[in-house]
Amino acid sequence: MSTETVARPAALPRTGLVARFSPWARNPWGKPRFLAAWTWIYILWSIVPVVIAVVFSFNAGRSRSAWQGFSFRWYWGDPDLSVWHDPSLQSAMIQSLKLAALTMLIATPIGVALALGLARWRGRASRPANFLMLLPLVTPEIIMGVSLFLVFVHLFRFVDLGTGAQTIGHVTFTISFVVIVIRGRLFAIGREYEEAAMDLGASRIQALRFVLLPLLRPAIFAGLMIAFALSIDDFVISQFLVGGADSVTIPVRLYSAARLGPTPALNALASILLFATLLVVTIAGLALRRAKRREATEGTAVEDLTRFEL
Amino acid sequence: MTTERGGPGERRWLWPSLAGPGLVWLLVFFVTPVYAILAVAMGRLDPIFGDALPVWNPVQWDSSTFGSVFQDILGGRLAELFLRTIAYVVIAATTTLLIGYPVAYYVSRRAGRWKGLLLLLIVAPFWINYIMRMLAWRNLLDTDGLVNQALMGLGLMGEARNWLAGNPETVILGLVYGYIPFFVLPLYAALDRIDKSVIEAARDLGASPFWAFVRVTLPLSKQGILAGLVIITLPMFGDYYTTNLLSGRASTRMIGNEIELFVTSGIGGAEGAALTLVLMAFVAILMLYYLLSVIRAQREAAG
Repeated sequence: MSTETVARPAALPRTGLVARFSPWARNPWGKPRFLAAWTWIYILWSIVPVVIAVVFSFNAGRSRSAWQGFSFRWYWGDPDLSVWHDPSLQSAMIQSLKLAALTMLIATPIGVALALGLARWRGRASRPANFLMLLPLVTPEIIMGVSLFLVFVHLFRFVDLGTGAQTIGHVTFTISFVVIVIRGRLFAIGREYEEAAMDLGASRIQALRFVLLPLLRPAIFAGLMIAFALSIDDFVISQFLVGGADSVTIPVRLYSAARLGPTPALNALASILLFATLLVVTIAGLALRRAKRREATEGTAVEDLTRFEL
Repeated sequence: MTTERGGPGERRWLWPSLAGPGLVWLLVFFVTPVYAILAVAMGRLDPIFGDALPVWNPVQWDSSTFGSVFQDILGGRLAELFLRTIAYVVIAATTTLLIGYPVAYYVSRRAGRWKGLLLLLIVAPFWINYIMRMLAWRNLLDTDGLVNQALMGLGLMGEARNWLAGNPETVILGLVYGYIPFFVLPLYAALDRIDKSVIEAARDLGASPFWAFVRVTLPLSKQGILAGLVIITLPMFGDYYTTNLLSGRASTRMIGNEIELFVTSGIGGAEGAALTLVLMAFVAILMLYYLLSVIRAQREAAG
């Protein structure tokens, strides 16, 4: 023991890479280091393939695996094959945006009202109602897709397959997610503000209109964004309810084109979808974070965003 | 104390009527469609065109289509498909658990100042389109793709391999890749909720880090593991796109492919509906388990 204490100061402090990795080299299976390496490899594995796909959407050549220089050819440069000039890719983009906008505008008000109703209603039917709201969250999408397809073909024949049916389908599976976002905020806000307003003479409706809804505004905004993102990302329901070439969405188009001869224009279309979704979700996350900061409630917005997708 | 103003009448109708539109929407566009699956599966066939005709009255239901589909599953044409689907899902879910648990554990307990960034990076794939993530792998696994280039460059492989032609391991890895974020997140949340003082107590009482993990952390994260596994196996059982995009061969078909075929081809609607019903019955226990755990969490959150 004593020899060791004497020997240590004499050694020069090791610098750079050696110093950083020597404890690891001594015991590579020591818990945190192994776990840290595992986690970072996992993250690289989960993200790098997508980053490569995005990079190749900017490829100047036709290849999706050999880099031939940077260009916007597949976005708008190419007169026939780029996203901007290929009518089928363009129409997929428009259809996706149209559905997402419609879904957002229909599902959010319905979802906000449902969240408020379910959170405050204490009646005999409130439990089954809550159960009904949660069911779409756990139903595999293929089952919802088949059921909606059959109901539009056999019963609600006045709704044509295509935009109408797709919008209804998207709203149906989005409502519950909006409810979850809004309800999370309702629990955090509590009932005190409403009750204070009513003690001061407001009616229940006035308390709702002038106190609760303003407090919920960031959550409602986040709900809008989440509905948009869920709709634009959906594949199964969109595909099962496609009415014709004009109701093909970006994910459906990606799916069908992948089995033919894909060009980097496909990567470009996918990248546009990716940028749109990430932008919208980031905005939603920031809105939730601001709301949390104002009330100094615990937890991060990122955690909030994770809670409602299954 | 709640003081009720505006009269008891207003109190009684306000909340149910706010919930009304949403509940009606779900009854019309969620419950009715599911009933339509039953009506078609138990329905008749058009005598001239052979199309499925739904029968809405349960008294007139005819379960012969349902019976023949069931026969096919037990010993006929669909038996192999069912067994293959179950095998893929079980292997993929186990792999997901083995890869995902250390990640969730590290991020929740030991990431320190990196926690926020790691969480963000783990959430990111959530919002990247599933089809796009599969396409990314198609690019990489192509015959002239980067995976083959890298393996040949390192001298691990003599010639390019076609990974995308009926390889079960590609499909299973695709399933793992596709659904693992949905497993890691709930597990992370469950691990994050564990009170750290419980583990410290175990350590103070003489448990080694290993035994503290096995005896304390692992049992406390059981709920999270189960919830995560249920969340990923539900969509895996209905998946048809992963195997179609990464293989597209008959040798890797799953139940979902059969259902998709019935719907998109427009023929044999009754059989497709019956098969969907069988799938529903099959996953019903998983759905119920998850629903109950969500309701329990809700009650706790509401206080």
